[in-house]
Amino acid sequence: MSRIRILFQKKNKKVLNVYCTAGFPQLNSTIEVMQALEKNGADIIELGMPYSDPLADGPVIQASSMVAIQNGMTVKELFRQLKGFREKISVPVVLMGYMNSALQYGFEKFCEDASALGVDGLILPDLPIHEFDSYYGAIIKKNNLDFIFLVTPETSEDRIRELDKRSSGFIYAVSSSSTTGSDKDMSHVDAYLKKLSGYKLNNPVLVGFGIKDKESFEKASRHTNGAIIGSAYIKALQQSNDVAKATKEFLEPVLN
Amino acid sequence: MEKKLKWTEPDQWGYYGEFGGSYISEMLYPNVEELRQHYVEILKDPSFISEFQLLLRDYAGRPTPLFYAERLSDKYKSQIYLKREDLCHTGAHKINNTIGQILMAIRRGKKRIIAETGAGQHGVATATVCALKGLECIVYMGEKDIERQAPNVARMKMMGAVVIPAVSGSKTLKDATNEAIRDWINHPEDTHYIIGSVVGPHPYPDMVARFQSVISEEMKKQLEEHTGRTIPHRVIACVGGGSNAAGAFYHFLENEEVELIAVEAAGEGVDSGKSAATTALGKSGVLHGSKSLVMQTDDGQVVEPHSISAGLDYPGIGPLHADLFKRGRAKFMNATDEDALKAAFELSRLEGIIPALESAHALSVLGKIGLKPEETTVVCLSGRGDKDLATYMKNMDLK
Ligand SMILES: Cc1ncc(COP(=O)(O)O)c(C=O)c1O
Repeated sequence: MSRIRILFQKKNKKVLNVYCTAGFPQLNSTIEVMQALEKNGADIIELGMPYSDPLADGPVIQASSMVAIQNGMTVKELFRQLKGFREKISVPVVLMGYMNSALQYGFEKFCEDASALGVDGLILPDLPIHEFDSYYGAIIKKNNLDFIFLVTPETSEDRIRELDKRSSGFIYAVSSSSTTGSDKDMSHVDAYLKKLSGYKLNNPVLVGFGIKDKESFEKASRHTNGAIIGSAYIKALQQSNDVAKATKEFLEPVLN
Repeated sequence: MEKKLKWTEPDQWGYYGEFGGSYISEMLYPNVEELRQHYVEILKDPSFISEFQLLLRDYAGRPTPLFYAERLSDKYKSQIYLKREDLCHTGAHKINNTIGQILMAIRRGKKRIIAETGAGQHGVATATVCALKGLECIVYMGEKDIERQAPNVARMKMMGAVVIPAVSGSKTLKDATNEAIRDWINHPEDTHYIIGSVVGPHPYPDMVARFQSVISEEMKKQLEEHTGRTIPHRVIACVGGGSNAAGAFYHFLENEEVELIAVEAAGEGVDSGKSAATTALGKSGVLHGSKSLVMQTDDGQVVEPHSISAGLDYPGIGPLHADLFKRGRAKFMNATDEDALKAAFELSRLEGIIPALESAHALSVLGKIGLKPEETTVVCLSGRGDKDLATYMKNMDLK
């Protein structure tokens, strides 16, 4: 059974997934950031592979990606840094990024190497269903990686079921049709999440985009299995030069 | 067996050979899917066709002339015609596409229009049709391009468009496109994105190519009047994303007798590190929602291109062109900044026509392809040079 499934089976509280950008704030801070996240209560780590044209990301994550690229982060370098990380980190880790990064590395090799390193799943927002079905999905499955599709308030029920069928690990519910980090009113989001939970999907649902503190985390996970924090954590890292301290100070009030 | 598709026809998933498709996130899916399901039906609707054609005629000023360039022909000892897209309203071929897309947006009930622009020509063409139809218009433009294309920024503002600087990444066309796509993600219901070239997720490359195909449709009739034949020996066009080239090639693609030459911007030289020659430097990859040739690092980071012409300063090409290149249907050449400047001065002196810097790239290969006296060549003069006067003035000594 995959690490992500075990987590959702065992955890009786809401799951907190935290996003960080590989190679940010420093080229070599990737593992340090991941360790700090695990230590301070993150249940899943979503590790961003920095890309020059991150269309689904808002300004904060874009800026962290630019810094990481300038720091010299590449997929090859990331995989070098991840060597042996399972000796230090036990929570599930999913790689988040864009198709072009995986394609240039060689998609098959990308999945093989990620899996061999101990990565649990992939989030590639620009891999569409048709391409997933006709080619890439089989490679992902063959390498025992979970694949997490996104759904939005505009996604029809039929399509949500199609996406659920192909997903494993969890479903990533975007809380409003928006790039990461944009602030939108959470009230009509509530109705949408309630509707989602009524569908009784095969996969657990985590809510992403717009979660920044204890209140928004609890609101977002009221009808779901948990939530994902991204931009707000990156902002906290930007404002500090002490990863351990910034992570502790950021996560403590969210979880306690 | 799969049936052999025409060069101009992508399969139902938007693939031209191995290139194309729709690599978009779920946030964009409903918008793009809705367009995909309806665009062909709308394009075939007789009332849409008549409205489109009327505006092309009475508003854009079509048909544009096919001009026999006598002194240019004498110089190159051949028969050279210019397709005068520079005479379109707003000064470039871009208006053919924006008229088509604004009508499409209105049919889909959209109230808000967004666009990206590099040189500002597509931004101006979009602002123009939005003013014409009374729709809100937001144009994303790289901060660097806003500086180098000030007159076009003023034109857009005068027509009521809001110009938003793209300050991310390299602050040019690629980033303006990213910002427009992000805006679209944040406005999934009321907004139509008028993409300015044959790029983006399916169905954009096909839809834009169809709107621009009026260029070669007119050429055929006009060639027959001039030469008695509906086909030339060759067609030459510049390629940024590839919309004027797609339009100029469209009705000749199935006839392999016609040589098609696409000219990319080599900037300071293909190997100078300051170039935008995508087929020479690019690899297969995904950019702005489709798989095509993309200039990128080994790690897949999109590379900052360079060209003196803002309209060609783009690190990709449309999937149709990637396929024409890969399967050898079109010949891809390139021209440096200096080649383009020289060609612009040459046309100005010989024919009294000041071309856009983009179009000058197409003109600049005339001396390099061994034209024969009896051959007819059509160059797509995609736009006029008024917007480039500042650059031309700085380079007067090149004449
Ligand atoms: C006059 C002119 N020609 C050509 C282009 C390049 O675009 P495309 O390759 O889509 O024709 C532009 C773009 O701004 C332009 O303004």
